[in-house]
Amino acid sequence: MNSMRADLEIIKQWIEPGSRVLDLGCGDGAFLAHLKTEKDIFDTGLEIDPGNIELCLKAGVNVIEQDMDKGLSNFISGSFDTVLLAQTLQTVQRPDILVEEMLRIGNRCIITFPNFAYWRHRFSLLTQGYMPYSKALPYEWFDTPNIHHCTIRDFDMLCKKRNIRILHRTVVDFNHRSSFLMKLHPNLFGINAIYHFTR
Amino acid sequence: MAKTIPADSVGIVKPQSIHFDEPLQLRSGRVIDKYDLMVETYGTLNADKSNAILVCHALSGDHHAAGYHDPENEKEKPGWWDCAIGPGKAFDTEKFFVVSLNNLGGCAGSTGPSSINPDTGKPFGPDFPIITVRDWVKSQAHLADHLGIDKWAAVIGGSLGGMQVMRWAISYPDRLRHALVIAAAPKLSAQNIAFNEVARQSITSDPDFHDGRYYDYGTYPKRGLMLARMVGHINYLSDQAMRDKFGKDAIEGNFGRDLRTGQLNFSYEVDFQVESYLKYKGESFSSKFDANTYLLITKTLDYFDPAVDYDGDLSRAFADSQCKFLVISFSHDWRFPPERSRDIVNTLLKAKKPVSYLEIEAAQGHDAFLLPIERYIKALKAYMSVVAREIGAEADDDAAVDTAAYIGANTVMDEDYE
Repeated sequence: MNSMRADLEIIKQWIEPGSRVLDLGCGDGAFLAHLKTEKDIFDTGLEIDPGNIELCLKAGVNVIEQDMDKGLSNFISGSFDTVLLAQTLQTVQRPDILVEEMLRIGNRCIITFPNFAYWRHRFSLLTQGYMPYSKALPYEWFDTPNIHHCTIRDFDMLCKKRNIRILHRTVVDFNHRSSFLMKLHPNLFGINAIYHFTR
Repeated sequence: MAKTIPADSVGIVKPQSIHFDEPLQLRSGRVIDKYDLMVETYGTLNADKSNAILVCHALSGDHHAAGYHDPENEKEKPGWWDCAIGPGKAFDTEKFFVVSLNNLGGCAGSTGPSSINPDTGKPFGPDFPIITVRDWVKSQAHLADHLGIDKWAAVIGGSLGGMQVMRWAISYPDRLRHALVIAAAPKLSAQNIAFNEVARQSITSDPDFHDGRYYDYGTYPKRGLMLARMVGHINYLSDQAMRDKFGKDAIEGNFGRDLRTGQLNFSYEVDFQVESYLKYKGESFSSKFDANTYLLITKTLDYFDPAVDYDGDLSRAFADSQCKFLVISFSHDWRFPPERSRDIVNTLLKAKKPVSYLEIEAAQGHDAFLLPIERYIKALKAYMSVVAREIGAEADDDAAVDTAAYIGANTVMDEDYE
């Protein structure tokens, strides 16, 4: 699939062939379908949008209608090799609990989120005093689904406190490419953060 | 002049009776030496016999799942799942060969309590053995053998039908590709069994029941069967469905309490529409269904619990299953509510089986599984398009769905096949 987001392209390389992948908030299932074709994975996606669920069915993706904010206790510990949460962390009720649950269910976890400390966001807040509104954060403060914004340093801190071992951390721009500046100052220049971690 | 039949109907269909001479060893320890199964099929079996799907019926269903029997009768209703089976429909008869049967113990042509016992020359009545879901599925496997079908592309069923689907995945793990379990439960709850027991007591306490030998007296427990069906109906509709159905013209807060004649009678006659509806439904059912079959199938339901062979761990029952699962529940179903379907899903997750799950918003209650609810039918169609692709049947890419054919979420239809 050509139109696949570049962050997913990065994630893909961390998925072992034939492994079990749980995608929390799997959307239309295109990524899981792609992994199934390319890596012969055992796929399961969680989704709540009826339109997306139908698309998953059409794509032959295993999809479960379930709201992850209501818990994941129905998934048994260690039942997946990788648990993925793409661009959703900031929208859940308790990101810390969700991260713990992901670690319980999966041997390895992947999380991507928009970095709130990206310099344009900082600049907007500093100079204009408005909540940042950008391509990466395309919502007004009152209608945003993003209720727990965090930064790369915040997430690093969470990992440290919870004894989470970061396997890979990649920071990318809006085109999901990395640059010299981003490597030097990820929290300032990175728009999207991609974490691969375990415990 | 022949009647007009919709273009997306399977048309005029003819049931056939298939005879089996091989004894069927039952779960109870008893044996049925020979039996007949009444079967309907729709569509064409392909050369490699890979496009067959089996439809399993619920409590009062039978083999007549789609199409019409009578080319003349304009008033004839189509089969019980006509909204889902036909050319271009969710179970597309241009791609699939659909097999539907009346289960053993039924009263629509398959061997059952009202059939003649060859040993006595009289109807079996109460002597007919208790049949379990496992026994049904075993007889269905014999039917598959008879039709030359090694592996079903899918086995499908709602409610008690869904229980047969689960049993297929457990007993014959290599004989189905897909299991569609709709509005079902891993086993009955105490409340479910309680409702069944009220139904049974209604029938057996009817003076015309004659210990199940009413055939010999030229009568049948009409009143008992009517009561059994009335209590069933309450259980199959939701509170909301009843409010919608019996309070159409009323102001908000009417709760579906529309009066039948516009005034109270101040007697014990029928006052409210819901009362006359239940009576009508019960009476019409009692005239066409066999009471012994009703008793038998309520027991079949009560006994269903595939986990018993696995120390109560249903996930172990599914350990060998090789099929993919689609589980569907309905929001206002209080007979087998969504939680029970989620129990099935969680069991399958625990067993590490591929499973999809949908919870369909529908006010109609348990009966929703029989109705053309837009999201539900579209989901079935989407899922089956992948099944068609797998077996090499041409899948149409933009499966155009005619939304006008769907009823609104608040409509309740007078279907009667749970």
